Amino acid sequence: MGEPQTGASAESVPFPAAPSLDANVASNDAEIGVPEPGSGRRGRLPLGRLLVRLGSLALFVAFWQFASEHRLHLGLVTFQNIPAPSEVVPALWDLLQSPKVGNHVGSSLYRVFAGFVSATVTGVVLGLLIGRSRWAADLLQPPLEMLRPIPGVAWIPLAILMFPSSELSMIYITFVGALFPVLLNTIHGVGAIDPRLISAAKSLGAGRLRLLLEVILPGAAPSIVTGLSIGMGTCWFCLVTAEMIAGQYGIGYYTWESYNLQSYADIVVGMLFIGVFGMASSVLVRKLGNLLTPWYRIEARREHE
Amino acid sequence: MNEIHDGSHGGRIEACDLSIAWHTGKENFRAVERVGFDIAPGEFVCVLGPSGCGKSTLLGALAGHIRPSAGNLALDGKTILGPAPERGLVFQHHTLFPWKKVIDNVAFGLKMKGVARAEREARARELLELVGLAEFGDKYPVQLSGGMQQRVEIARVLINHPRVLLMDEPFSALDAQTRWVMQQLLLQIWTNIRTTVVFVTHDIDEALFLSDRVLVMTRCPGRIREDIAVRTERPRGEAWLTSDEFIRLKRHCLDLVHDERRRDAPTPERSAQPAMTLQLAGAIS
Repeated sequence: MGEPQTGASAESVPFPAAPSLDANVASNDAEIGVPEPGSGRRGRLPLGRLLVRLGSLALFVAFWQFASEHRLHLGLVTFQNIPAPSEVVPALWDLLQSPKVGNHVGSSLYRVFAGFVSATVTGVVLGLLIGRSRWAADLLQPPLEMLRPIPGVAWIPLAILMFPSSELSMIYITFVGALFPVLLNTIHGVGAIDPRLISAAKSLGAGRLRLLLEVILPGAAPSIVTGLSIGMGTCWFCLVTAEMIAGQYGIGYYTWESYNLQSYADIVVGMLFIGVFGMASSVLVRKLGNLLTPWYRIEARREHE
Repeated sequence: MNEIHDGSHGGRIEACDLSIAWHTGKENFRAVERVGFDIAPGEFVCVLGPSGCGKSTLLGALAGHIRPSAGNLALDGKTILGPAPERGLVFQHHTLFPWKKVIDNVAFGLKMKGVARAEREARARELLELVGLAEFGDKYPVQLSGGMQQRVEIARVLINHPRVLLMDEPFSALDAQTRWVMQQLLLQIWTNIRTTVVFVTHDIDEALFLSDRVLVMTRCPGRIREDIAVRTERPRGEAWLTSDEFIRLKRHCLDLVHDERRRDAPTPERSAQPAMTLQLAGAIS
């Protein structure tokens, strides 16, 4: 796995005029330099390059430590109030020890999960409908096209007004964030299916429902998986922002609360949590996607050879 | 495999005054015009013609994917109204589902009929054996060569016991060697199952090697120019390809095709520039 999939989500994402926020998340997702665990066939890095990479990481942390300790002021940017790594590590330790951590992480994971799953179901179902029926496309696409350019974050005030519970409003915002990548990639995937495959299936006796389940859905699956992994990125992005404004508990809430309480080391701890969980869930989605589309990996591997 | 041996399941095709037209904007293109023919059950018929003569369109209508604009097209007395498993269609490039393993591709038709997994896999294995791919059931289509993919395609269609096998230049994308192997394999399978075969091709040798009858089509509009019987007995081997009768039929077919070209060429017969005419004719064919 790894290479072909990663390349696909970064470059060939069928994402016409996507909001720039989404695009950012997508490319972050793919270009992160840290080799993911078990990036498989590419083999291990030679020792020399591995050392250079580790050295680069150490240098970065060392600079951060130095700049914070000496309260470096660089004109445009200042490190005066930035906690040093030496303060962050104990703060991280403290949080991991405290009973709050489960609440924060649990609430965030629950919200991401709820938003992501509902976006997946809605996006795939709507995408199949729009992709297969001109009638559904005419009926559903205009309002969706109107809502598409609005980033999930812009929904925050309206979502608070729309939903009686702040919990639901946050889930809704995550849902909106993931919906459009999933929806657009599903539509694209359905449209890209070879019409001869559909003719062949009909000739072999497939009815409408069977055609959908046996041909259209698996045919669009690789594209849907791309949409899901982009969607997972936008999910976290939207969630953290929503939690900062509307939350009780949650990693985003924790981060913003730490700012308000002036415990600056905890801000960085929150950021680290967001990064780790965001990346882990993206990797998870990609792994699951690869499991669901084994033929696609074989195809991609053949093309690379 | 006993069930496949059954030759008594019909397969008579009757086309009566059949026309098929394409409407693209204001243009009205007559792909097939007033064509009529009868094909007996179990007969192997090749439709031979230059590209664009409407032979694939005719096959699409037999498959039920294209609606005729006039006339009637019937299988065993019942008008063809849409695609159905009784009329299996094989394309030039394979249409195997890339997400299904070979065995599941072959078993697809049975799955659509609601046959239980164990039984449909057993029968798919029989069919794979028939086309010589018993060991490849667990591969994905992309892992097979072009010739193998076409074999799987044929097996997938045959599992439905079609009364008619419709083939649209199924071997034209293969290299010469593989094509020869596939032609022999097809005849061998057909000997076993004796289903009606309508085989579209632009290759005269292929048509004469395979079929009982060759329907030669003309283009613009697509009509049947001649109905040639190939009465040589089977099984046919390489000797048939160099026999006098084969050469005679081939020459006759070539004459028909040349006639066609002459008719197509826009320059009048006594042109001052014969070289130019030749060039045009080449481009059109």
